[in-house]
Amino acid sequence: MNRNPIIIAFCCNWCAYAAADLAGIARLQYPGSIRIIRVMCSGMVHPEMVLRALNQGADGVIIGGCQLGDCHYIKGNEMALARSEIIADTLDDLGFAPEQFQLVWVSAAEPERLVRAFREMSEQLRAAPDGAEAETGP
Amino acid sequence: MTDQGMIGAVAVVGGGISGMQAALDLADSGFFVYLVEKTGAIGGAMPQYNKVFPTNDCAMCIISPKLVECGRHPNIRIMTLTTVVDINGRAGAFTVRVLEHPRYVDPAKCIACGQCSSHCPQSVDDSFNILMAERKAIYIKYPQAVPLKYQIDPQACLRLNQPGACGICAEICPPGAVDFADRGQEHNLRVGAVVMALGFQPFDPGKTRAWGYGLYPNVVTSLQFERFLSPGGPTGGALVRPSDHRPVQRMAFLQCVGSRDKNRCNNEYCSTVCCMSAVKEAMTVKEASPEVEVTIFYIDMRTPGKEFERYFEQARTEYGIRFVRSRVHGIEPKGQKGDLRLRYINAFGKQVEETVDLVVLSVGLETPDATVRLAEKIGIHMTPDRFASISAFAPVHTSLKGIFTCGAFNGPRDIPQAVIGGSAAAASVAALLHPVRHTLTRTLPPPPERDVSGQEPRIGVFVCHCGTNTAGVVDVDAVAAYAATLPQVAHVARNLFTCAQDTQDLMAQQIRENGLNRIVVASCTPRTHEPLFRKTLKSAGINEYLIEMANIRNQNAWVHSQEPAAATAKAKDLVRMAVAKVSRQTARKPLRIPIAPSVLVIGGGVAGMTSALNLAEQGYRIHLIEKTNQLGGNALHLYQTWSGENVPRFLKGLKEAVQQHPQIEVSYSSTVATVGGHVGDFTSLIRTGPNRKRTIDHGAVIIATGAKRYIPEEFEYGKIPKVVAAIEFDKLHMHNEARVANGKSFVFIQCVGSRNQQRPYCSKSCCTHSIQSAIKLKKEAPDRRIYILHREISTYGQRERIYNQAREMGIVFINYEQHGPPQIRKSDNNGGVLVEVWDHVLHRPLEIRADMVILATATLANPEAAALASMFKLPLNRDGFFQEAHAKLRPVEFHVDGVFVAGLAHYPKPLEESITQALAAAAKAGRLLARKEIAQEPTIALIDRQRCDDCALCVDVCPYQAIRLTEYKDQDGVVRKAVTVEHVACTGCGICQGTCPKRGIDVAGFTTAQIEVQIDAALAAAPMAEGAA
Repeated sequence: MNRNPIIIAFCCNWCAYAAADLAGIARLQYPGSIRIIRVMCSGMVHPEMVLRALNQGADGVIIGGCQLGDCHYIKGNEMALARSEIIADTLDDLGFAPEQFQLVWVSAAEPERLVRAFREMSEQLRAAPDGAEAETGP
Repeated sequence: MTDQGMIGAVAVVGGGISGMQAALDLADSGFFVYLVEKTGAIGGAMPQYNKVFPTNDCAMCIISPKLVECGRHPNIRIMTLTTVVDINGRAGAFTVRVLEHPRYVDPAKCIACGQCSSHCPQSVDDSFNILMAERKAIYIKYPQAVPLKYQIDPQACLRLNQPGACGICAEICPPGAVDFADRGQEHNLRVGAVVMALGFQPFDPGKTRAWGYGLYPNVVTSLQFERFLSPGGPTGGALVRPSDHRPVQRMAFLQCVGSRDKNRCNNEYCSTVCCMSAVKEAMTVKEASPEVEVTIFYIDMRTPGKEFERYFEQARTEYGIRFVRSRVHGIEPKGQKGDLRLRYINAFGKQVEETVDLVVLSVGLETPDATVRLAEKIGIHMTPDRFASISAFAPVHTSLKGIFTCGAFNGPRDIPQAVIGGSAAAASVAALLHPVRHTLTRTLPPPPERDVSGQEPRIGVFVCHCGTNTAGVVDVDAVAAYAATLPQVAHVARNLFTCAQDTQDLMAQQIRENGLNRIVVASCTPRTHEPLFRKTLKSAGINEYLIEMANIRNQNAWVHSQEPAAATAKAKDLVRMAVAKVSRQTARKPLRIPIAPSVLVIGGGVAGMTSALNLAEQGYRIHLIEKTNQLGGNALHLYQTWSGENVPRFLKGLKEAVQQHPQIEVSYSSTVATVGGHVGDFTSLIRTGPNRKRTIDHGAVIIATGAKRYIPEEFEYGKIPKVVAAIEFDKLHMHNEARVANGKSFVFIQCVGSRNQQRPYCSKSCCTHSIQSAIKLKKEAPDRRIYILHREISTYGQRERIYNQAREMGIVFINYEQHGPPQIRKSDNNGGVLVEVWDHVLHRPLEIRADMVILATATLANPEAAALASMFKLPLNRDGFFQEAHAKLRPVEFHVDGVFVAGLAHYPKPLEESITQALAAAAKAGRLLARKEIAQEPTIALIDRQRCDDCALCVDVCPYQAIRLTEYKDQDGVVRKAVTVEHVACTGCGICQGTCPKRGIDVAGFTTAQIEVQIDAALAAAPMAEGAA
């Protein structure tokens, strides 16, 4: 891929979104092609939303939630984790590459971790063979 | 006293952050507040700062919502350009005589259009920018000022100095607000209490020639340097030196200018904030220009606050800032180009010279003369350091009953301490005046809300420059122009600072005039600023939830500052996403929940007891639970405060007051087993002893679970009986045990278990504690040899006095580094202990024969905090202490409403700070309970009856058991089951929404339909974003 991959990042209000705000305060840099959608909890993201994003032309989807065990809503991130296996299987069946859907767990105080996940995912997608892109892209 | 004749109003004198906080807490607790400010606008010193440590938040961005809140509070009357002449009366009923100086502009008429200023021919030095820029004779203090009203500087104005001259402003002012005949007026304010938040002034280094300030243009003060770094400052944030506007390449910070100095000035105390402030400024420089060489010259780097030590470490190791422990003793010009030569003695005792482009003097804080005179006139006792004299046990109480103090007037302190002090003063006032609560306040009915449900969306988009924070990267003009092309967008505006008070008024006006029914604000993050904009929507007569924010600053301009084109493209995408989402936003009503008028206080130490007693005095019912069988906590081990006040006597009085108060119920041997409910309506199961359990209902919680002490593994502790920890030593000392009584040589070792890799934080009270013990030992027998082996001596604030006293008494202070700790072994002959340490003055190892070695051990987080944190869903920091909602402006709150923290559970601190914080937590709980009912966020799950088929998958996944299958009979009398949501129990997590196979349940404000349109909008212009990147 010879451009910055477009990534939709669903970020939970309490940790990942807060960490993304802190990344700004700390002036940490990541590719400008990442679009954050605020959700209350990572457990709020329905599998259909992931599929929709990829089908509409996103190169990747990442769901960001609180650290496992520290969910603001007790177990929402664990739900998201459990659900992610089903999502990954479905995506595999549909011919998407595994790196196109990822999860990241960060605390509200860990902007570095979030930014690293954004950067790494972007690098992985960029390194993906063009065939995979053609297969999945609109 | 009886409540007869008590007045339910309060005068808060000083409109800085501390006074503002006191005013807001009081006004929300049912008291009318006169906020008396001597300059033309509130805000104090904070708006002058560029960023705040250790979060590096933009100071203006975090203070702005509070400015606006004060400005529009129906129960706060801001009186600017007003000074206090005298105070008479008694607690409960004072008359405060104030003089309102002429503004020469009628604030009722001024629309802050700025035409006067742009036409004014007279320019003078701008005090807000500390003489580094000019302003006009008619001016506003700063662009976000509250109130945003122009004022005339009577010294500078041509007309006021010469009748008949100039007068252009009056001629061109559109509303005719300029009034040269304005005269000062006296007012008598009738109030029940007074809060003195008089603030500080920065030390003026121009008083002597020693630092070259005023002589060499490239010597500036730290406050001036803040203005250099500020996007709104004289250089627009560019780091150039004043003499020739060349970029700075090498610069130096000189610490302790006007602090810890009895020779060049008479400020013996430490100003507490300058070390961290210098680190912050240095980091800001390095972030923008990594190539600049930055050196900080210091005596001790004092980093006693929460997360300060890590910040300092980060500056040293990650930012490459150079720290040199040395006092620079000469600054002189080098050559003709403005360079400066510094001379100092380096670590090897050699005199060294260095050349730099720019010198920043880290100036201390001091009390202005006028403040001292006012205090003297009113009768407030002052300390030798010219701060209000307060007892550690009553840290916001002056020597006059009914007159309270907070902020830097109580001694130099940072923003969180000022904020905590403001709240603590409010709590103390509320306890005094609670019988007349709500007697002078008024509630303004909200303007009638337009029903927009049937209307086509007419969306207004407000794009914020945030000074240069956003506009410096993103082409905001292009974003605004683009927004205007989006469907359903009816109005677009751009603002320099959208959160400023005048912009709020303007937004409300534009919403009304253009009949807007949905709003997008493209600015910073909804996490901090959405509440502010919601209020604006309310005031404009539309439902407060019809808003969406596009986060084009934190999540765009700041993280893509190297790619302006991509950032502009992304800003457009974010606006498009927000427009799409808001068009599907529906009006919601907050759920009104009654508040149980009682508070659960967890922990019976000084902090817990202080909170409990204050709230009981405010008239609320308190459940105080203590896990041991006695009250007192860690203070049971303390003998005196740093200023020598007797702790056991105070503790005895406090315990009795708590035990005897009819509103307080104390449960011993008790812990919290489980917690349910939410703000206003918590239900906690309390376990008492091995087998008693009972349930308590309460509206709020204060966590004051304290800390524990570190048991050393180093320095032969536990192996050599003459090596003891500080607390043990105090007891031995108290009883004059033989080891102490016969001892001739004592060695104190500081930072035992603190400030190391495992615990990179300072325990804050140990330096002071050791010095006190040392002084006492020396006083008892002056021939005793006493050594304090330390890394930094953190006698911050007025504690510096005892450090000086100790040195004058001949107590020896020897510095050691973390990598070269003292070595300890048993002495072979006489049963003593040998301590070996590297002497930095003599540059050789030094062996001390000690009769006792005292270890200043760390304060550790209470290991039980983790269980409590998990029950209440609260975060802990990396060291296990409770993490407050915001380190600067919400220091006792959490993101979970109704839960507050105080004392050592938050961070190690001395007794007076625990007490202040406990009062602040009580203020927050009291403020909540005073409202009697609260509005809960209606961000809750709602069932779509058309789609829901009652499969009940959502019932299983709900972590709060808020969704149930409810039985009902249909019209044929058949029993059926339907999914229902219990609104009060729902937290809006949306796990149900993520699970539902039928799209039958949605969280309001985050519906599936809204997320879908956001996805679609995010990807609609994918090729465009690509092209720009």
